[in-house]
Amino acid sequence: MSALLSVQGVTKRFGGLTAVDNASLDVVKGSITGLIGPNGAGKTTLFTVIAGFEAASAGTVLFEGRDITGLPAHVRAVGGIARTFQIVQPFAGLSVRENIAVGAFLRHKARHAALEQADAVGHQVGLGPLLDQSAGQLTVAGRKRLELARALATAPRLLLLDEVLAGLNPSEIRDMMPVVQAIRSSGVTILIVEHVMQAVMSLCDTVHVLAQGRIIAAGPPGTVSRDPAVIEAYLGHGAAARMQAQDVRQAEDVRQAEDLRQSQARGQAPGAPHA
Amino acid sequence: MNRAPYMPIALVVLGLALLPLGLTSNTVLNFLSFAMIITLAAQGWNILGGYGGQFSFGHAVFFGTGAYAMALLQVRFGINPWLALPLAMALGAAVGFAIGHLSFRARLRGSYFALVTLAFAEVFRISANAWGFTGGAAGVLVPLRIGPEHMQFADKRLSYWMALSFVAATLVLTLAMSRSRFGAQLVAVRENEEAARALGVDALAVKLKAITLSGAITASAGCLYTQKFLYLDANLAYGPWISVEALLAPIIGGVGTVFGPLVGAVVLLGLGEVTKTAFANLTGGAIPGVDLVVFGVLLILCVAYAPRGVLGLAQGWLGRLKGARP
Repeated sequence: MSALLSVQGVTKRFGGLTAVDNASLDVVKGSITGLIGPNGAGKTTLFTVIAGFEAASAGTVLFEGRDITGLPAHVRAVGGIARTFQIVQPFAGLSVRENIAVGAFLRHKARHAALEQADAVGHQVGLGPLLDQSAGQLTVAGRKRLELARALATAPRLLLLDEVLAGLNPSEIRDMMPVVQAIRSSGVTILIVEHVMQAVMSLCDTVHVLAQGRIIAAGPPGTVSRDPAVIEAYLGHGAAARMQAQDVRQAEDVRQAEDLRQSQARGQAPGAPHA
Repeated sequence: MNRAPYMPIALVVLGLALLPLGLTSNTVLNFLSFAMIITLAAQGWNILGGYGGQFSFGHAVFFGTGAYAMALLQVRFGINPWLALPLAMALGAAVGFAIGHLSFRARLRGSYFALVTLAFAEVFRISANAWGFTGGAAGVLVPLRIGPEHMQFADKRLSYWMALSFVAATLVLTLAMSRSRFGAQLVAVRENEEAARALGVDALAVKLKAITLSGAITASAGCLYTQKFLYLDANLAYGPWISVEALLAPIIGGVGTVFGPLVGAVVLLGLGEVTKTAFANLTGGAIPGVDLVVFGVLLILCVAYAPRGVLGLAQGWLGRLKGARP
């Protein structure tokens, strides 16, 4: 297993504020890797550094083993890194097909080839019937799909998804998850920032947790979600201990209830000493 | 290459080419030639402003550079106008690249870019007015030498057809551009520069290409202006009037469309002429600048009621007609 993307000790400061503090993570080729963390943890900032929209204050970003830290965003896109925006950025004056075609033109010089590619990608993400519509008229769910389609049309090897599920209702999320899985199956590695935990749990192979700019945990989603440090980052100091105590209390309640049921079954009065 | 999308251009150009066969009055021919020159200047603006979203208030800088280069290359260097014309266009492109380089690299956008272009045009105007080489305030006179080899035509129809052929060429060029990768990237930069960069578009390079092309096209308008009037001074070549008409025509016709500048130039100049004549008849004397009042009113009407210009309005009406008849 080789790392397609390797972020090494990246720090991003905005004046006196350190948004990302010495963060390191690896994205294994062919994986769906999650980046989670509470609001304001610096996830999107780390994303923009990886995509080249902000320069890192320190640290390096390696893509396929090459140092890309100093490259501008459009060169990284040519190199095979595509991103979506958390706040969708459609070309509102253009049709859905034309929007996707801008991405497709990156690999196709001829108009008909770019438009064909745009149609194919549009169908892949479920925008087939809406290709001729103006992008400005799409619903939120449609715009999220369009973000995905445009990025996908650049034929990336690494796809950075910034909260593509945020703002969708549960049934829209259910529709979107297979789309993301199908993209991975087609050989594209995905790094995903997401708040919808149900999606993170079922989609990601590995999850990195960012809190206050630092990576505090990494591993399979099941393990990470039980990590006390992660629970504290989300729910506040002492939360892990409280939850553990609650778990113990609940277990105690269950045990007592079980005892009660058993003693009743034996026809003894509650609270009477065991025979 | 798929030829079908180019059919409307062929039809429009053919129609315009046949006009002088029916309308032979000098006034009409002069009007048509002038409208073609403004169309050219406007088409240059449209590529940068309409397709690229970079609104320039100073396209006079390209028009004037083309016009002065055309005149001075002939008068000072004795170069034949047919050779001077491509040289002047190249100079217009170079000025475009230089201004683009300075302003886009400094990340100027929107009104800041507009103000900088306005400033450049003024700097050029004042310099041309002061410098002896450009004839100073007296301007430059191109000697009258009638003959096709000097690009001066006795028959007014010929100078009209020449201007029309330039317009035809830029119509084809604009359509081809809008269907190319470059065109798609240029429009993407207009719509959302961040998103375009995320899709691998080198926004700076795209804008530089657009302003270079824009400069060359608008400079060609200046060249034809010189050959038509054979006289120039700084206010004619670099004056705000041409900056205003170059941007008003596409906005009124339909910004970011192939035919917008042509439609806008004809509507704008046509209404200007009609108003001037009407007021002259009404008051018994010409009122200078009354056509500018009409331009102002047109601009306000367009911004308020037809943000996509005359062509956008027409499309809307056609769409409703089609909708009414299923």
